[in-house]
Amino acid sequence: MAELAVAPARPADAHEEDHAHHGPGGLLKYVWSTDHKIIAMQYMFTGMFMAVVGGFMAYVFRMQLAFPGFDVPGFGMVSPGEYNALVTNHGTIMIFWVAMPVLLAAFGNYLIPLMIGADDMVFPKINRLSFQVFFVSTIVILASLFVEGGGFAGAWTAYPPLSAVAEYNLTDLGSTLWLIGVGLEFVAFLLGGINFITTLMNSRAPGMRAFDVPVVVWMIVIASILFMLSVGPLLAGAVMLLFDQTLGTGFFDPAAGGDPILWQHLFWFFGHPEVYVVLLPAMGFVAEIMTTFARKKLFAYRTVIFTVVATGVLSFFVWAHHQFIAGIDPRMANIFTITTLLISVPIAEMCFVYIATLYGGSITLNTPMLWALAFIAEFLIGGVTGIFLGAAGADIYFHDTYFVLAHFHYTFFPIAIIGTFAAFTYWFPKMFGKMMDDRLGKIHFWGTIIPFNFIFIPLFVLGMGGQHRRIYNYQHFTELAGPGFQNMRVLATVSLLVMLAFQLVFFYNCWKSWRSGKRASRNPWRANSLEWTTDSPPPHGNWRPDDMPVVYRGPYEYSVPDRDDDHWPQNAPN
Amino acid sequence: MKPIATARAATGIATGKLAVWWVLASEVVIFGGLLASYVMYRLGHPEWADAAAVTNMKIGAFNTFVLLTSSLTAVLAHQAAERGDGKTAAKFLHFTILGATTFIGVKAYEWWYEISHGYTIASNTFWAFYYSAAGLHAFHVIAGAVIMAFVARDAKRGLELHRVELIGIYWHFVDVVWIFLFPLLYIAK
Repeated sequence: MAELAVAPARPADAHEEDHAHHGPGGLLKYVWSTDHKIIAMQYMFTGMFMAVVGGFMAYVFRMQLAFPGFDVPGFGMVSPGEYNALVTNHGTIMIFWVAMPVLLAAFGNYLIPLMIGADDMVFPKINRLSFQVFFVSTIVILASLFVEGGGFAGAWTAYPPLSAVAEYNLTDLGSTLWLIGVGLEFVAFLLGGINFITTLMNSRAPGMRAFDVPVVVWMIVIASILFMLSVGPLLAGAVMLLFDQTLGTGFFDPAAGGDPILWQHLFWFFGHPEVYVVLLPAMGFVAEIMTTFARKKLFAYRTVIFTVVATGVLSFFVWAHHQFIAGIDPRMANIFTITTLLISVPIAEMCFVYIATLYGGSITLNTPMLWALAFIAEFLIGGVTGIFLGAAGADIYFHDTYFVLAHFHYTFFPIAIIGTFAAFTYWFPKMFGKMMDDRLGKIHFWGTIIPFNFIFIPLFVLGMGGQHRRIYNYQHFTELAGPGFQNMRVLATVSLLVMLAFQLVFFYNCWKSWRSGKRASRNPWRANSLEWTTDSPPPHGNWRPDDMPVVYRGPYEYSVPDRDDDHWPQNAPN
Repeated sequence: MKPIATARAATGIATGKLAVWWVLASEVVIFGGLLASYVMYRLGHPEWADAAAVTNMKIGAFNTFVLLTSSLTAVLAHQAAERGDGKTAAKFLHFTILGATTFIGVKAYEWWYEISHGYTIASNTFWAFYYSAAGLHAFHVIAGAVIMAFVARDAKRGLELHRVELIGIYWHFVDVVWIFLFPLLYIAK
């Protein structure tokens, strides 16, 4: 192992030479680079910036719900139209400009070449184009918030006729820009996804067979395939909706021979696989972190891969559970109830696999591991409440209440926030070459997890009490304005404020660790996969061209009996 | 210098070819979603046959012939590229581009005729599908022809000859989409 612990001396001029040969130098290299790691960082920082934007929106509308009629500090009075624009764009931004770029694009770009032992993606220029299209889409969606009439206010699901007719949503230009922004974002991820898939298929290190690939890479690639196969109909639908908005067609207008339900089908045919598109990368992060910090082989590696594929296939047959009250045939509702309940089986199985991986391990409870454990615990609540909504009978009552909203956030918060923090704290030493402060990390962890539950458990209760989700001011409805309900809303809002405040600890920790953290060695966690066999942070090209890794075994050979060392890197010959 | 990753082929299939097939997979669901929506609507609206009767089947058939012929020249270009004959490959690709230009020119005339007779995208939902689906297809024809011009430029100098096959695969897909569109929009009454 000695050769892994000590970085071989690298002539300084060789490094210079690399950059001279690989594109522009100076600051421009961070803007115009084709290096997968720099593109990953571009996605990461754009995603983080958008998370702050989306978080600010949540702050404003939660303040309005808890204290209606008062000025929101930093925003002012919230009008009903602004409220609608805020909730719409909060949803859109958090899913398409935070969850997808960070989970899929940033970590996919960063991890895939490093973990399969390649020096870059197979199409570096298309990779750069993917980010550039994404960046344009970001500008478009942000611009849509400031045009006349404000940002789109037709809910993130954009159901027509509300989304199609400007007299209804009152945001003529905003809704068109919103649609163009989302469409461009899809194109960006199609470009990126093709790169991910072909890179894994063709550019694996010599010796790396399909089942030697780390689970997280499998998951990101399967997620890319799911995205690619589900987004097409919605892209077509987006064009149709755009024509309805701007050219006066009637694709979704019954008076013109169209049907608004068609949009719901196109949207949810994408929308449900999309849940797994973001879930799978997060599940992958957790697998890497748990095996490393439990010093255990991943329980049932192959079963996990097959389960993920099965989940992916099944995810194309559950979409109409979003439409149980949209007037679909009750016999159809039965079928979709069954498929929806079925899909909880493979996901539950994966949770059990992770618990079995922990069983009997020697567990290190550091910050990334805490996040990984919290992911399983919190996601389980999201999964279990999903059963209520998947069953048509219960859903007819719960539909469009805060119960749905709380369920959704118990799935997406673990995915997009907990999963991201788990991955970010785990790979921070590799990405920035410095160790993160574990004590600050733990403060941030508890300061996020505890308030998170106090935001959304009250919302479950409100939803069960019958509180409809799209109401601007509950004081207008006597049966929803009582103190019991209002106190819950205040509790949720105060918890949100606490949670947002604790995010400052995270940003401080990043800054402090980056400035003055302990230098990270190549392999601080003593993990097996290939990204830990190169410098922290990896140089351009990841390894020296004459020293590319060769793979001898799978990534989870921890605590192998009869070995002195409890880890066994994939590239170690013996 | 190209990354080492680009030179590997763990599957035994060239990366460019894999990527083109994945592009086509994503295109299939885009057109699939649009056409499935159209077919569902069409089955529920027999009266759209009146609107469909207005479309000019003869012009449509001529365009089908043009597009199929352009696919033939794309195959001949691939054959030449396999032999390493970049000049001939470029010549055949130029024939394909000529086919694409003819197709778009005829389409432009057809649309001008229909629009000037009052059948616009907003007339009813049949026409909305007619213009959207054929328009999306025409966009693919134009994009394919532009890319093909670049491939032909390189092929003429004997460079990147494998790309002749890749653009050919894409071109056949554009062809196949039209094979679905023509009966659905023109023939079905």
